[in-house]
Amino acid sequence: MAQHQNHGGHHSHGSMKEYVIGFILSIVLTIIPLVLVMNSILSKTATMIAILVMAVLQFVIQLVFFMHIREGEKPRYNVQTLILGLVIVFTIVAGSLWIMLFNKY
Amino acid sequence: MWENIKDFASTFFVTGDPLIYGADVSIVLSMVAIVFVLTKYKKWGWLWREWLTTVDHKRIGIMYLIASLLMLFRGGVDALLMRLQLAFPNVEFLNSDHYNAIFTTHGTIMILFMAMPMMFALFNMVVPLQLGARDVAYPFLNALSFWLFMLGAMLFNISFVIGGSPDAGWLSYPPLSQNEFSPGPGQNFYIWGIQISGIGSLATGINFIVTILKMRAPGMKLYKMPLFSWSVLSSCIMIIFAFPILTVTLALLFLDRFAGAHFFTMDGGGNPMMYLNLIWMWGHPEVYIVVVPAFGIFSEIVATFARKTIFGYKSMVWAMMVIAIASFFTWAHHFFTMGTSASVIAFFAISTMIIGIPTGVKVFNWLFTMYRGRISFQQPMLWTIAFIPCFVIGGATGVMLAVAPADYQYHNSYFLVAHFHQVLIGGVVFGYLAGIYYWWPKLFGFKLDEKLGKWGFWFWNIGFYVCFMPQYALGFMGMTRRYYTYGWDRGWADMNLVSTVGAFMMGIGFIFQVWQIAYSIKHGERDTTGDPWNGRTLEWSIPSPAPFYNFAVVPEVKEADDWWATKQAKANGTYKEQPAKLEPIHMPKNSGIPFIMANFWFLVGFGFTFGWVWMAVIGFIGVFACMWARSFQYDTDYYVPVEEVRRTEASLGRVV
Repeated sequence: MAQHQNHGGHHSHGSMKEYVIGFILSIVLTIIPLVLVMNSILSKTATMIAILVMAVLQFVIQLVFFMHIREGEKPRYNVQTLILGLVIVFTIVAGSLWIMLFNKY
Repeated sequence: MWENIKDFASTFFVTGDPLIYGADVSIVLSMVAIVFVLTKYKKWGWLWREWLTTVDHKRIGIMYLIASLLMLFRGGVDALLMRLQLAFPNVEFLNSDHYNAIFTTHGTIMILFMAMPMMFALFNMVVPLQLGARDVAYPFLNALSFWLFMLGAMLFNISFVIGGSPDAGWLSYPPLSQNEFSPGPGQNFYIWGIQISGIGSLATGINFIVTILKMRAPGMKLYKMPLFSWSVLSSCIMIIFAFPILTVTLALLFLDRFAGAHFFTMDGGGNPMMYLNLIWMWGHPEVYIVVVPAFGIFSEIVATFARKTIFGYKSMVWAMMVIAIASFFTWAHHFFTMGTSASVIAFFAISTMIIGIPTGVKVFNWLFTMYRGRISFQQPMLWTIAFIPCFVIGGATGVMLAVAPADYQYHNSYFLVAHFHQVLIGGVVFGYLAGIYYWWPKLFGFKLDEKLGKWGFWFWNIGFYVCFMPQYALGFMGMTRRYYTYGWDRGWADMNLVSTVGAFMMGIGFIFQVWQIAYSIKHGERDTTGDPWNGRTLEWSIPSPAPFYNFAVVPEVKEADDWWATKQAKANGTYKEQPAKLEPIHMPKNSGIPFIMANFWFLVGFGFTFGWVWMAVIGFIGVFACMWARSFQYDTDYYVPVEEVRRTEASLGRVV
């Protein structure tokens, strides 16, 4: 608990403006795929790619606006953890496709 | 009206089985007894102030420990019921449905509600003390984690008297776990029990990573940190990456059941095998999550009881970190028989064999540490020595299972059952028991009785081999898991009877341990020095039981095994006494919010389990109200004045 004594220093946790921008961007990125799917605007492959792109953008927005990836005293930890996280996410997605697609006739 | 109530009650409560009625009676009796005792001795306020609202990591650890021992009892009784049913051919003790429910709850409880909390108990009891910290990084979150685990576990456990137990296997595979084949609330209990406690597990993972990275005593570089704390770091890294996968997978299964979605259904574009694929991405790291801390415990114990520095400290650290990463690349070996491309199978077979290598490194390091050490065979060391051969055999059968072509023969047979019990009992349970014996004096101020402990130890150990060695053979003889009965013509009768005898021996071992605890509370050897085992790490430098602020003065760390180095220096006369300067100690305040919030989560889970959305909504409102209340609480900490620290230390026999 000793570390808590130096509280009240420069702890910037983003501004109201940042949160609102992040929130609006997330909502927009959620609505776009919904509209695409509900109205069958694009072909199946194009829809899937569009959804994936929106998902990745969504991920970036979460990191930047809400997880404050650019801040912090030791960004090295942030980068290490982020890389590990990306490796795991890649494993989950690519691994599932690799394993499961074999059974799709 | 009366008819309605009767109708409701007959589906709400589980009826028709004398075993269940017996359980009902004992539950009601023990509740009455608890309420009576608390009221008679006017202990309600004490319970609330000292335990339900506590944020002290040591008390939270003790509560985890009590909960996990209760769950070990429940899961153990499940196991004994199964072994009774299988002791002879054609036994009519449990019917098939009841048997299904029992093997399901046995598996789920033992992994998620026994192994996990016992692990968190050890995290909480030890890590801040080893690091020289006053508490974990987020004490409030720590309490919340515990209560979420507890209420999740209770939600899961009441299923056997209310609504009916889940009975689709411990991982609840669809399509069996879908509405079509498992109507009724059983699977919902499973989903929500695990979801609620899973949030707690995830939070604990974050909490301990931050604690380890940020709250080490000054001078304790990462490479001077004790190996148990390293193992906790490794385990927590796996937790924060694996548990979200579990949460998402179960959420999708719940959407299938509750909202008619088609993620894992047989039709409508769903794919049940996708569930297996996802759940094992959590499930495989999960077994390493529970076993790596056991490795850490053994490392501490071997060094202490062999009176030697651990052999190959850095290779130990690297082995644990490699395991943490590699454990995410082996999941498909749990369903080799699904049928997929040869390259997939080859990849996962090889990755599974590779992960055995760092584990082997650790085993050799322990052996080399013991080599030419002056070993004393006290209880923690006994369990450690017993662990090594047991885990090596379990690991070897694991590599056998990893040979994909052969796996088609072993898959879901008793060979597999014997293998995973060998690594989970021989590795995890032996490890945690060793850890509990080792750190017990630090938490409670007395040692657990040696003589009774040795009885327990031998019953556990011999019972283990008597129980599970025959199961390897039964697997080869064609017995698959989850059979609820079999005929004389199969030729399995002898082996099964032997196995049942072994299971009951382990049960007797557990009774000895309970007796040992009860006996030692009164007669156990008191620990007056704070260092009963001649330990090496910081937790042994403070009095037992540790005062609530842990360290009166935060230690300055210079060496790995700092306490050992200090003792050596004192013995050589080279130790320079530094004038200790007491300062007011900054501590977190107790809070009732974690307990209240977890109860609201329970309402959410219970509501969704029975499809009573109104109840779930009330629960969610409560949860958000609790978050709201906490967000605007600013008065969350206080300072312990120097005078009080001095008085407390003096009462513990220390002068500062």
